[in-house]
Amino acid sequence: MKLIIESISENEAFARTVVAAYITRLDPTLEELADVKTAVSEAVTNSIIHGYAGKHGKIEIRCEIKNRELEVEITDFGVGIADIEKAMQPLYTTKPEWERSGMGFAFMEAFMDALEVYSEPGKGTRVVMRKEIGREEQDA
Amino acid sequence: MEGWSKKKGEETDMAQFLEKNRRYRKVGDCLVFYLAEELDHHAAERFREISDSLIEKEQIKNIVFDFTGVKFMDSSGIGMLMGRYKKVMFSGGRAAVAGVGEVVDRIFLLSGLYKILEKYETTEEALENMQK
Repeated sequence: MKLIIESISENEAFARTVVAAYITRLDPTLEELADVKTAVSEAVTNSIIHGYAGKHGKIEIRCEIKNRELEVEITDFGVGIADIEKAMQPLYTTKPEWERSGMGFAFMEAFMDALEVYSEPGKGTRVVMRKEIGREEQDA
Repeated sequence: MEGWSKKKGEETDMAQFLEKNRRYRKVGDCLVFYLAEELDHHAAERFREISDSLIEKEQIKNIVFDFTGVKFMDSSGIGMLMGRYKKVMFSGGRAAVAGVGEVVDRIFLLSGLYKILEKYETTEEALENMQK
Protein backbone atom coordinates (compact mmCIF):
# COMPACT_ATOMS: atom_id res chain seq x y z
CA MET A 1 0.00 0.00 0.00
CA LYS A 2 1.34 3.40 -0.85
CA LEU A 3 -0.15 6.71 0.18
CA ILE A 4 1.12 10.15 -0.75
CA ILE A 5 -0.11 13.08 1.31
CA GLU A 6 0.50 16.81 1.51
CA SER A 7 2.47 17.97 4.55
CA ILE A 8 -0.41 19.65 6.35
CA SER A 9 -1.41 18.89 9.93
CA GLU A 10 -4.96 17.95 8.93
CA ASN A 11 -3.47 14.87 7.25
CA GLU A 12 -1.94 13.45 10.43
CA ALA A 13 -5.20 11.85 11.53
CA PHE A 14 -5.88 10.62 7.99
CA ALA A 15 -2.47 8.97 7.68
CA ARG A 16 -2.67 7.02 10.95
CA THR A 17 -6.27 5.99 10.27
CA VAL A 18 -5.34 4.59 6.85
CA VAL A 19 -2.47 2.53 8.31
CA ALA A 20 -4.76 1.31 11.10
CA ALA A 21 -7.33 0.22 8.49
CA TYR A 22 -4.59 -1.51 6.49
CA ILE A 23 -3.65 -3.80 9.39
CA THR A 24 -7.19 -4.82 10.35
CA ARG A 25 -6.74 -8.02 8.31
CA LEU A 26 -4.17 -9.11 10.92
CA ASP A 27 -6.88 -8.78 13.58
CA PRO A 28 -4.82 -6.52 15.86
CA THR A 29 -5.64 -5.94 19.51
CA LEU A 30 -6.78 -2.46 20.53
CA GLU A 31 -3.38 -1.93 22.11
CA GLU A 32 -1.54 -2.86 18.92
CA LEU A 33 -3.78 -0.53 16.93
CA ALA A 34 -3.04 2.32 19.33
CA ASP A 35 0.70 1.57 19.16
CA VAL A 36 0.80 1.68 15.36
CA LYS A 37 -1.37 4.80 15.17
CA THR A 38 0.86 6.64 17.64
CA ALA A 39 4.08 5.64 15.86
CA VAL A 40 2.71 6.69 12.44
CA SER A 41 1.43 9.95 13.90
CA GLU A 42 4.87 10.72 15.35
CA ALA A 43 6.68 10.07 12.07
CA VAL A 44 4.23 12.06 9.95
CA THR A 45 4.25 14.95 12.44
CA ASN A 46 8.06 14.98 12.36
CA SER A 47 7.98 15.28 8.57
CA ILE A 48 5.51 18.16 8.72
CA ILE A 49 7.16 20.09 11.56
CA HIS A 50 10.83 19.36 11.03
CA GLY A 51 11.18 18.01 7.49
CA TYR A 52 9.15 20.72 5.82
CA ALA A 53 8.99 23.21 8.72
CA GLY A 54 5.49 24.31 7.82
CA LYS A 55 6.19 24.52 4.07
CA HIS A 56 4.34 22.36 1.58
CA GLY A 57 5.79 19.07 0.49
CA LYS A 58 4.85 15.45 -0.06
CA ILE A 59 5.00 12.66 2.48
CA GLU A 60 5.04 9.05 1.27
CA ILE A 61 3.67 6.28 3.41
CA ARG A 62 4.35 2.72 2.28
CA CYS A 63 2.98 -0.30 4.12
CA GLU A 64 3.63 -3.97 3.67
CA ILE A 65 2.59 -7.06 5.56
CA LYS A 66 4.98 -10.02 5.65
CA ASN A 67 3.51 -12.98 7.51
CA ARG A 68 2.26 -11.20 10.62
CA GLU A 69 4.72 -8.35 10.52
CA LEU A 70 3.79 -4.84 9.49
CA GLU A 71 6.44 -2.71 7.84
CA VAL A 72 5.70 1.02 7.55
CA GLU A 73 7.99 3.36 5.71
CA ILE A 74 7.44 7.10 6.00
CA THR A 75 9.49 9.34 3.72
CA ASP A 76 9.76 13.09 3.28
CA PHE A 77 11.92 15.15 0.96
CA GLY A 78 12.56 17.98 3.40
CA VAL A 79 15.56 19.37 5.24
CA GLY A 80 16.84 16.05 6.59
CA ILE A 81 18.60 15.38 9.88
CA ALA A 82 22.31 16.15 10.30
CA ASP A 83 22.81 14.19 13.52
CA ILE A 84 20.35 11.30 13.70
CA GLU A 85 21.69 9.98 17.00
CA LYS A 86 21.15 13.34 18.67
CA ALA A 87 17.69 13.73 17.13
CA MET A 88 16.68 10.38 18.58
CA GLN A 89 17.65 11.24 22.17
CA PRO A 90 14.56 11.44 24.37
CA LEU A 91 13.57 15.02 25.21
CA TYR A 92 15.92 16.47 22.58
CA THR A 93 14.16 18.89 20.26
CA THR A 94 15.24 21.59 17.86
CA LYS A 95 11.91 23.33 18.30
CA PRO A 96 11.26 23.91 22.02
CA GLU A 97 9.54 27.20 21.18
CA TRP A 98 6.89 25.18 19.32
CA GLU A 99 6.31 23.14 22.47
CA ARG A 100 7.72 19.98 20.99
CA SER A 101 8.26 17.42 23.73
CA GLY A 102 11.22 15.73 22.04
CA MET A 103 9.59 12.34 22.49
CA GLY A 104 8.66 11.51 18.90
CA PHE A 105 11.41 9.00 18.17
CA ALA A 106 11.22 7.59 21.72
CA PHE A 107 7.52 6.82 21.15
CA MET A 108 8.23 5.20 17.76
CA GLU A 109 10.85 3.01 19.43
CA ALA A 110 8.63 2.17 22.38
CA PHE A 111 5.53 1.28 20.38
CA MET A 112 7.11 -0.62 17.48
CA ASP A 113 9.44 -3.64 17.45
CA ALA A 114 12.07 -2.03 15.24
CA LEU A 115 12.90 1.46 14.02
CA GLU A 116 15.37 2.57 11.39
CA VAL A 117 16.04 6.19 10.45
CA TYR A 118 17.81 7.23 7.26
CA SER A 119 18.44 10.87 6.50
CA GLU A 120 20.55 13.22 4.48
CA PRO A 121 20.63 16.98 5.02
CA GLY A 122 18.89 18.73 2.14
CA LYS A 123 17.43 15.51 0.75
CA GLY A 124 14.98 14.25 3.34
CA THR A 125 14.27 11.57 5.90
CA ARG A 126 13.03 8.00 5.72
CA VAL A 127 11.75 6.16 8.75
CA VAL A 128 11.17 2.40 8.62
CA MET A 129 9.24 0.74 11.42
CA ARG A 130 8.30 -2.89 11.96
CA LYS A 131 5.87 -4.57 14.29
CA GLU A 132 4.56 -8.07 14.61
CA ILE A 133 0.81 -8.03 15.00
CA GLY A 134 -1.18 -10.61 16.99
CA ARG A 135 1.85 -12.12 18.67
CA GLU A 136 0.10 -12.57 22.03
CA GLU A 137 -2.75 -14.45 20.41
CA GLN A 138 -0.35 -16.76 18.60
CA ASP A 139 1.52 -17.56 21.78
CA ALA A 140 -1.68 -18.42 23.63
CA MET B 1 -17.86 14.52 15.07
CA GLU B 2 -17.52 18.01 16.44
CA GLY B 3 -14.86 20.13 14.92
CA TRP B 4 -13.50 23.56 14.66
CA SER B 5 -11.73 25.05 11.72
CA LYS B 6 -10.64 28.47 10.66
CA LYS B 7 -10.45 29.55 7.06
CA LYS B 8 -8.40 32.49 5.92
CA GLY B 9 -10.34 35.71 6.20
CA GLU B 10 -13.08 34.07 8.20
CA GLU B 11 -13.68 35.48 11.64
CA THR B 12 -14.25 32.48 13.84
CA ASP B 13 -13.55 32.57 17.52
CA MET B 14 -12.53 29.20 18.85
CA ALA B 15 -13.06 30.35 22.42
CA GLN B 16 -16.68 31.06 21.53
CA PHE B 17 -16.99 27.69 19.86
CA LEU B 18 -15.68 25.95 22.96
CA GLU B 19 -17.95 27.90 25.25
CA LYS B 20 -21.00 27.29 23.10
CA ASN B 21 -20.26 23.60 22.96
CA ARG B 22 -19.46 23.51 26.67
CA ARG B 23 -15.87 22.45 26.06
CA TYR B 24 -14.64 24.47 29.00
CA ARG B 25 -16.00 25.55 32.33
CA LYS B 26 -14.79 27.96 34.97
CA VAL B 27 -15.13 26.94 38.59
CA GLY B 28 -13.71 29.54 40.96
CA ASP B 29 -10.16 30.16 39.81
CA CYS B 30 -10.04 26.75 38.11
CA LEU B 31 -10.55 26.22 34.41
CA VAL B 32 -11.73 22.84 33.18
CA PHE B 33 -11.07 21.89 29.57
CA TYR B 34 -13.05 19.05 28.02
CA LEU B 35 -10.64 17.81 25.38
CA ALA B 36 -11.96 16.23 22.20
CA GLU B 37 -11.34 12.92 20.40
CA GLU B 38 -7.79 13.08 19.08
CA LEU B 39 -5.05 15.15 20.67
CA ASP B 40 -2.38 15.22 17.96
CA HIS B 41 -0.21 18.04 16.59
CA HIS B 42 -3.10 19.48 14.60
CA ALA B 43 -5.50 19.59 17.55
CA ALA B 44 -2.80 20.64 20.05
CA GLU B 45 -1.88 23.72 18.01
CA ARG B 46 -5.45 24.90 17.88
CA PHE B 47 -6.07 24.11 21.48
CA ARG B 48 -2.96 26.00 22.59
CA GLU B 49 -4.14 29.22 20.93
CA ILE B 50 -7.43 29.38 22.76
CA SER B 51 -6.39 27.93 26.09
CA ASP B 52 -3.70 30.55 26.61
CA SER B 53 -5.99 33.44 25.84
CA LEU B 54 -8.60 32.01 28.21
CA ILE B 55 -6.09 31.46 31.02
CA GLU B 56 -5.04 35.11 30.76
CA LYS B 57 -8.48 36.60 30.21
CA GLU B 58 -10.18 34.70 33.01
CA GLN B 59 -7.28 35.07 35.47
CA ILE B 60 -7.01 31.35 35.99
CA LYS B 61 -4.88 29.79 38.69
CA ASN B 62 -5.43 26.06 38.23
CA ILE B 63 -6.37 23.97 35.22
CA VAL B 64 -8.01 20.58 34.85
CA PHE B 65 -7.85 18.67 31.58
CA ASP B 66 -10.80 16.32 31.28
CA PHE B 67 -9.74 13.42 29.04
CA THR B 68 -13.04 11.54 29.13
CA GLY B 69 -13.64 12.17 25.44
CA VAL B 70 -10.07 11.59 24.26
CA LYS B 71 -9.35 8.43 22.27
CA PHE B 72 -5.90 9.25 20.96
CA MET B 73 -2.90 11.29 22.02
CA ASP B 74 0.69 11.44 20.78
CA SER B 75 3.81 13.37 21.84
CA SER B 76 2.36 16.64 20.51
CA GLY B 77 -0.26 16.36 23.25
CA ILE B 78 2.52 15.91 25.80
CA GLY B 79 4.21 19.12 24.60
CA MET B 80 0.95 21.03 24.77
CA LEU B 81 0.17 19.85 28.32
CA MET B 82 3.70 20.64 29.51
CA GLY B 83 3.39 24.12 28.07
CA ARG B 84 0.13 24.81 29.90
CA TYR B 85 1.57 23.33 33.10
CA LYS B 86 4.52 25.73 32.94
CA LYS B 87 2.14 28.61 32.37
CA VAL B 88 0.07 28.04 35.51
CA MET B 89 3.03 26.87 37.57
CA PHE B 90 4.77 30.23 37.20
CA SER B 91 1.85 31.92 38.91
CA GLY B 92 1.69 29.32 41.68
CA GLY B 93 -1.09 27.27 40.14
CA ARG B 94 -1.61 23.56 39.63
CA ALA B 95 -2.51 21.39 36.67
CA ALA B 96 -4.41 18.11 36.73
CA VAL B 97 -5.81 15.49 34.40
CA ALA B 98 -9.03 13.53 34.92
CA GLY B 99 -10.92 10.74 33.21
CA VAL B 100 -7.84 9.34 31.48
CA GLY B 101 -8.58 6.17 29.48
CA GLU B 102 -6.30 3.20 28.92
CA VAL B 103 -4.79 4.35 25.61
CA VAL B 104 -3.84 7.80 26.86
CA ASP B 105 -2.73 6.44 30.23
CA ARG B 106 0.08 4.48 28.53
CA ILE B 107 1.31 7.66 26.85
CA PHE B 108 1.26 9.50 30.18
CA LEU B 109 3.18 6.73 31.93
CA LEU B 110 5.78 6.47 29.19
CA SER B 111 6.36 10.22 29.09
CA GLY B 112 6.60 10.62 32.86
CA LEU B 113 3.95 13.35 32.75
CA TYR B 114 2.31 12.13 35.95
CA LYS B 115 5.33 13.51 37.79
CA ILE B 116 4.12 17.03 37.10
CA LEU B 117 0.40 16.63 36.47
CA GLU B 118 -1.94 15.46 39.20
CA LYS B 119 -4.16 12.55 38.20
CA TYR B 120 -7.79 12.17 39.27
CA GLU B 121 -10.55 9.72 38.35
CA THR B 122 -13.04 12.48 37.68
CA THR B 123 -13.02 16.24 37.13
CA GLU B 124 -15.24 16.72 40.19
CA GLU B 125 -12.62 14.99 42.32
CA ALA B 126 -9.88 17.16 40.84
CA LEU B 127 -11.84 20.36 41.48
CA GLU B 128 -12.59 19.37 45.05
CA ASN B 129 -8.91 18.77 45.69
CA MET B 130 -7.62 21.85 43.96
CA GLN B 131 -9.91 24.29 45.70
CA LYS B 132 -8.69 23.23 49.12
